[in-house]
Amino acid sequence: MTPAEIRDAVLDILDTINPDEDLSSLDDEKEFRDQLDMDSMDFLDIVMELRKRYRVQVPEEDYDNLVSMNKTVAYLEPKMKDISA
Amino acid sequence: MYDSIIIGAGMSGLAAGIRSAYYDQKVCILERHNTIGGLNSFYRLRGRNYDVGLHAVTNFTPRGTRRGPFARLLRQLRLTWDEFGLSPQLMSSISFPNVELAFDNNIDLLRSEVARAFPNQIDNFEKLMDSLIDYDDLEQSHFEMSTRERLSEVITDPLLIEMILCPVMWYGNPREHDMDYGQFCIMFRALFLEGLARPFDGVRLILRKLVRKFRELGGELKLRTGVQQIKIDNGRAVGVILDCGDEMSAKNILSSVGAVETFRLCDDDDTTHVHKTGQLSFIEAISTLDTYPSELGHDKTIIFFNDSDKFHWQRPLEDLCDVRTGVICTPNNYCYDTADGKLPDGIMRITALADFNRWKNLNKDDYGRQKKIWFNKVVDSATQFAPDYREHTIDTDMFTPQTIHRFTSHDNGAVYGATRKWFDGTTNFKNLFLCGTDQGFVGIVGSIISGISMANHHLLRGN
Ligand SMILES: Cc1cc2nc3c(=O)[nH]c(=O)nc-3n(C[C@H](O)[C@H](O)[C@H](O)COP(=O)(O)OP(=O)(O)OC[C@H]3O[C@@H](n4cnc5c(N)ncnc54)[C@H](O)[C@@H]3O)c2cc1C
Repeated sequence: MTPAEIRDAVLDILDTINPDEDLSSLDDEKEFRDQLDMDSMDFLDIVMELRKRYRVQVPEEDYDNLVSMNKTVAYLEPKMKDISA
Repeated sequence: MYDSIIIGAGMSGLAAGIRSAYYDQKVCILERHNTIGGLNSFYRLRGRNYDVGLHAVTNFTPRGTRRGPFARLLRQLRLTWDEFGLSPQLMSSISFPNVELAFDNNIDLLRSEVARAFPNQIDNFEKLMDSLIDYDDLEQSHFEMSTRERLSEVITDPLLIEMILCPVMWYGNPREHDMDYGQFCIMFRALFLEGLARPFDGVRLILRKLVRKFRELGGELKLRTGVQQIKIDNGRAVGVILDCGDEMSAKNILSSVGAVETFRLCDDDDTTHVHKTGQLSFIEAISTLDTYPSELGHDKTIIFFNDSDKFHWQRPLEDLCDVRTGVICTPNNYCYDTADGKLPDGIMRITALADFNRWKNLNKDDYGRQKKIWFNKVVDSATQFAPDYREHTIDTDMFTPQTIHRFTSHDNGAVYGATRKWFDGTTNFKNLFLCGTDQGFVGIVGSIISGISMANHHLLRGN
């Protein structure tokens, strides 16, 4: 997957977790927490959806990497580059 | 070999099952009874539908709300707001002999009622609301503070304290006399800052949604399949032995049957002795009417009543029941969608405190006789606070602590479980966990949240 495809994949996950949220104005630089109404349970769901959909494992000590879209994509790139979109 | 076995198909077990199955676990829910729902089930009698629990779904927030337990529950179970089909209450009240406080799903009504009935307490009441602990900030340390002490620091009129405690204890206090302050904050929010609602079709609608979702995700549900023992090997739970003698094994076991009840299944005498189950159980007297309660001038959804200035929250000491305080619930009095129309009958449900042991020790004839006697007594007491509907009665039913025990296996028929809670859901055994009533959250929304969070923490993490 390319970084753009990974971004789409993450967007799709956010949409599944939080169907009422308007994601079109998401700022990739800013932390999710400051833009989306997400709690700790929702964050855990990002990790679990990644595992469910792409078999990507995110260990607990790495959760901090998933704070914003840009950081998430950067973190996932090496893990997902060999997955076909 | 299952990834997870869940014991009990009540609200918490079903919710935990959905989470596990959604994340592709091989999961099986085992339920002893012949139907789902546990403490909040439903049945049919003489051609009519009845709910066991469900007076009101607490924690109700309007469509589009993002915060709070109800919104969280919908997101976590991937359900839409419409799927729960909730209609808000009309108006409810806390009714004491000479004073009544009305409330609805907008806190401003309760505010103005307190200002009207207790003008010199309204600032204190505001202070109390400002200092409620938020759900996410609850920690065991201040959770167990005394609510009575805390309230008397803020509110100086003892009558107002009793009036606040009455509904909050009725809808979720497992302890006698006093309440953990953390639990108080949860229930105060659930009742007054969020609100009350009901699906037109009753609790069966919610349960069917949950079961369908679970099955669609590949989960297995086995009814009439009780667990008689949890097999322990070297400090680990390795599987369960069913009532029929068959065995099943799993990597993790999550039990919603109560803490002491679960420890007993493990032969963990050690723990069963130390911890006691709760003592508080209920009777409920249900009357079907030939008219709608509103025709009799009754338009409240719920009335929490108490017949003196002091509210007594305890197991009845001298008798089978204590009818000085109770809850009057009228399922007709919700703002149902016009498309739904009206419920087929008028219904009045009265709940009062009852003593499990006294009910259990009655022989069959006495049991029937006492049910009639107490049905009348509880309705007598309730009709001090609501119009007398007795001459309109066309059918009745009543359940007792014995009924609750028979259908849910909860010790003492204790509706809100043990007096202490196991917030992290862990037990003496590495891969055996608790969810539901004894994990900490009660009520329909509370127990669903419990099932979700315990599945997240213990069944899904790292697997
Ligand atoms: C009269 C009454 C009124 C209520 N009113 C309301 C209300 O208005 N609003 C509200 O929100 N809440 C209400 N509640 C509370 C609410 O129903 C409960 O808090 C909630 O349903 C608890 O769910 P649970 O999953 O924790 O436990 P349970 O529902 O008890 O689930 C446990 C399940 O385990 C099964 N089980 C037990 N032992 C075994 C075994 N050995 N093997 C297999 N299965 C077993 C039981 O049969 C049961 O189905 C009411 C309850 C009652 C009784």
